[in-house]
Amino acid sequence: MNREGILNAVLASSLVLVPLWASLSGEIFAITLATKIAILALAGVGLNIALGQGGLVSLGHAVFFGLGGYAMGVLASHAQDFVPLLEWPFALDGTKSMPVIWITAILASSLAALVIGIISLRTSGVYFIMITLAFGQMFYYFTISWPAYGGEDGLPIYIRNSFPGLNTLVPLQFHFICLALLFAALVFSARLKTSPFGLALNAARQNGERVAASGIRPFDVRLWAFVISGAITGLAGALFADLNRFVSPVMFSWQTSGEIIIFVILGGVGRLFGPVAGAMLFIILEHFLGDFSEYWQIFLGLLLLAVILYSPGGIIGILAGREKSHV
Amino acid sequence: MTVRTLAIAIAASALLAWPALAESHGGKVKVGMITTLSGGGAGLGIDVRDGFLLALKQSGNDAVEVVVEDDQRKPDIAVQLADEMVQSENVDVLTGIIWSNLAMAVVPSVTAQGKVYLSPNAGPSALAGKGCHENYFNVAWQNDNLHEAAGAYANDAGYKKSFILAPNYPAGKDALTGYKRYFKGDLAGEVYTKLGQTDYAAEIAQIRASDADSVFFFLPGGMGISFLKQYSGSGVDLPVVGPAFSFDQGILQAVGEAALGVKNSSQWSKDIDNPANKQFVEAFQAEYGRLPSLYASQGYDTANLLLSAIEKADVKDTDAFLAALKAADFDSVRGKFSFGPNNHPVQDIYVREVIKEGDVFTNKIIATALSNHSDAYAADCKM
Amino acid sequence: MPPMLLFEQALNGFQFGVMLFLMAAGLTLVFGVMGLINLAHGSLYMIGAFFAAYVAGLTGSFILALGASLAAAAAAGAIIEVTVLRRLYDRDHLDQVLATFALILILSEGTRWVFGSFPLYLDLPDYLDGVAVLPGGLEYPIYRLVIIAIGLIMAGGLFLLIARTRLGIQIRAGENDREMIAALGVDITRLYTIVFAIGAALAGLAGALVGSIQSVQVGMGEPVLILAFVVIVIGGIGSIKGAMIGAILVGMTDTLGRFLLPIAMSSVMDASQAASVGSALASMSIYILMAVVLAIRPTGLYGNR
Repeated sequence: MNREGILNAVLASSLVLVPLWASLSGEIFAITLATKIAILALAGVGLNIALGQGGLVSLGHAVFFGLGGYAMGVLASHAQDFVPLLEWPFALDGTKSMPVIWITAILASSLAALVIGIISLRTSGVYFIMITLAFGQMFYYFTISWPAYGGEDGLPIYIRNSFPGLNTLVPLQFHFICLALLFAALVFSARLKTSPFGLALNAARQNGERVAASGIRPFDVRLWAFVISGAITGLAGALFADLNRFVSPVMFSWQTSGEIIIFVILGGVGRLFGPVAGAMLFIILEHFLGDFSEYWQIFLGLLLLAVILYSPGGIIGILAGREKSHV
Repeated sequence: MTVRTLAIAIAASALLAWPALAESHGGKVKVGMITTLSGGGAGLGIDVRDGFLLALKQSGNDAVEVVVEDDQRKPDIAVQLADEMVQSENVDVLTGIIWSNLAMAVVPSVTAQGKVYLSPNAGPSALAGKGCHENYFNVAWQNDNLHEAAGAYANDAGYKKSFILAPNYPAGKDALTGYKRYFKGDLAGEVYTKLGQTDYAAEIAQIRASDADSVFFFLPGGMGISFLKQYSGSGVDLPVVGPAFSFDQGILQAVGEAALGVKNSSQWSKDIDNPANKQFVEAFQAEYGRLPSLYASQGYDTANLLLSAIEKADVKDTDAFLAALKAADFDSVRGKFSFGPNNHPVQDIYVREVIKEGDVFTNKIIATALSNHSDAYAADCKM
Repeated sequence: MPPMLLFEQALNGFQFGVMLFLMAAGLTLVFGVMGLINLAHGSLYMIGAFFAAYVAGLTGSFILALGASLAAAAAAGAIIEVTVLRRLYDRDHLDQVLATFALILILSEGTRWVFGSFPLYLDLPDYLDGVAVLPGGLEYPIYRLVIIAIGLIMAGGLFLLIARTRLGIQIRAGENDREMIAALGVDITRLYTIVFAIGAALAGLAGALVGSIQSVQVGMGEPVLILAFVVIVIGGIGSIKGAMIGAILVGMTDTLGRFLLPIAMSSVMDASQAASVGSALASMSIYILMAVVLAIRPTGLYGNR
């Protein structure tokens, strides 16, 4: 096992062991923090497929995160108020079942990613950054002014949704649900990277013309990567809403997109466990710097600046050295 | 894993004044304050915090421990802090949230977990009606209240046709609904602006072109500053009415001359004539070197309400403690103050006019808009 | 609807567009010359407004305040360029976005640390307050006319600077081929610092001008920053002409959308609901405009890369 492998194992096992320890010693809040890390890391794993493997700098991933959140919010609010979601053309009730909510979140965010991708992927570079931002802003302003599901006030869900056979109200059980999904996404992402599709995506990032010459349309490869990426981030959004028992338009804001990018970068772009390391550092900093000074964001800014200027490989880059060439 | 803990200093004289309080009620009361201390909206949170801590300091009550945390005005951070305070800090009472959307994220979940929540600012309608809770007390106002008072004042002032505007989000819609609920005249126009909008030339042109005799607006924070400055330079001179938020001590200096003479509705003003208020205004100035704001007064009242309940009942004895809170047996800086059936205030709401005292812009009361005013949602509350 | 009102709204849209141009010009200049995306441009706008308010409070002079905004923003810009940004010219856009995002955090909270959490006061001098009567009897605030004038003068000045002066020739040459002009003995490092300081000064001036009729507070830069990005992306990044056209397009779309969409909606629903739905559509309108422009022309109206 090389250094990166050891580091990944340490990161993964800490997400398993720390909550277990916290549960035994009664530090329930540490579990909540760990769950938040797992969920945000999942969103980052999604973004990393577009950003790291595909080179697509999307400043609009909040769209998918928010859609996942609202998939949960809308379904669960109808279930908790016993108001059917649809009466025509067929009767459809809301639901409090996590698997159903997840599937809805994945479908909604992949559909959005497909439409946004078809339009946005015609552009590149800064234009791509900005057009994805524009879509984020559209969703943001739409949800703020749309009164049906709370508008800017957001939508509280009083009781966490259920998962067959488990009690999701127990923090540790909910944590392991999220962690299982994160690990599944990591395995998927690793497989994807070495699959023919992943190799084509990587090649399209480095040199689009050459890929086109081999008979693969780089646009198609990028589009599917964008859809997969959006779907995973959407799933993370649904879990995030369940963690907070609350959804609001803030999930769609450009700051949310920015934060997801930040911990992918902090951790290490394109590195498998980059989002995990980044989310962990981000949450820990956010939580503890606040104790340090009222103006703690200055220090967060300085740290971020230092990583970008002096260590482009992120934390994984610092701790595990340069990426091994893997083809 | 400690958070900033502001232990409240013990004064020897205070020990004499509050004999054996801690012992009689079985220990300390821990209060978690989640409020906005960084970013653009920090001024409001800082005022609530300072008002709250001033009241505690004056009481000398060493049985209250306060944990203050910054929510950055983000709902998910507020939820996380609330989780931390409930799960790890084991607080008894939560308070501090400024914004309705953050309150909606936090309040239902903490009250469901059996904690008491005292709102020093936000009062969304969802928590006043069907979503009311015996553990939730609002010490400021239901969101519609000040707008209703503005509508009532518009009738008294003889306005027949108002042009009304607010941002396009739930609190903005509540504002216009509240105004219309009491205003008996017609509307010359009803406009929703973009949240965070900074340029109001288009809306002011519409006001100019309408046949309105008055303007009502609800544009909190920087939006109101921008609107007033641009309105006063536009040559339109219709009278303006609004809720206190755009005329508060904290931002009035930034609006300047443009606000002079404007009428605004508020449940508090620094010139309300009662001993508690006089003492509060002086002490706040002495402690922090600035005039207190509406938000500071709400933070101060919240702390005094809490202190009055602690004096009567043990926080662990939930029924007795809630009853003690509900009695609202404290000297409010607003004078009269009691809770309605939905634990929201029943109070007088005044009309103030913006004046200049020396170099400082401030408000003085000119009328009472509504007496013993409750809110429109109390009937829906089944507690 | 009276035609005069429609004309006034169009003028408002134009004026808003000119205001956006002041902000967007510096952004697009910096991108065109150095290839740098600078999210901290909004912070320079904020710094300009804060220093203007501070100097106006100290001296009571509006002209001095405007001067202070230019000087403070240019100085801040030069400092940022020398200490941070010059290391980022060779990096990809992602690193630039994040590093300048970090600068936003530092500058916003730093400003709050220095000036406090409450909005500052900055008002118009008496000679700019009040209304002028335009032909046709339209009353229009003098100050907004002044903003239009300053904006157009700045636009003309920028065109001249780039087309006619020695600095302009170096800037254009630098856009095309960095190595070549370096080889010709132009101090490219110094050139970049100057260009960045000019862009920063423009943002600072915009902050002071706009701050006098808006609210001078921490965080005032970000909403305008996003609008300015929409402008330069629609116009084509790096093009001053594109920024001008994009700014007017965005200003018009936003202002007329806010005015006309609720009216259009009221023909199909009741007044209160129409006001709300129309306003919701209006707040999305410029982003829809941008998505449409980019879907048709992926490098904006006047972009070439």
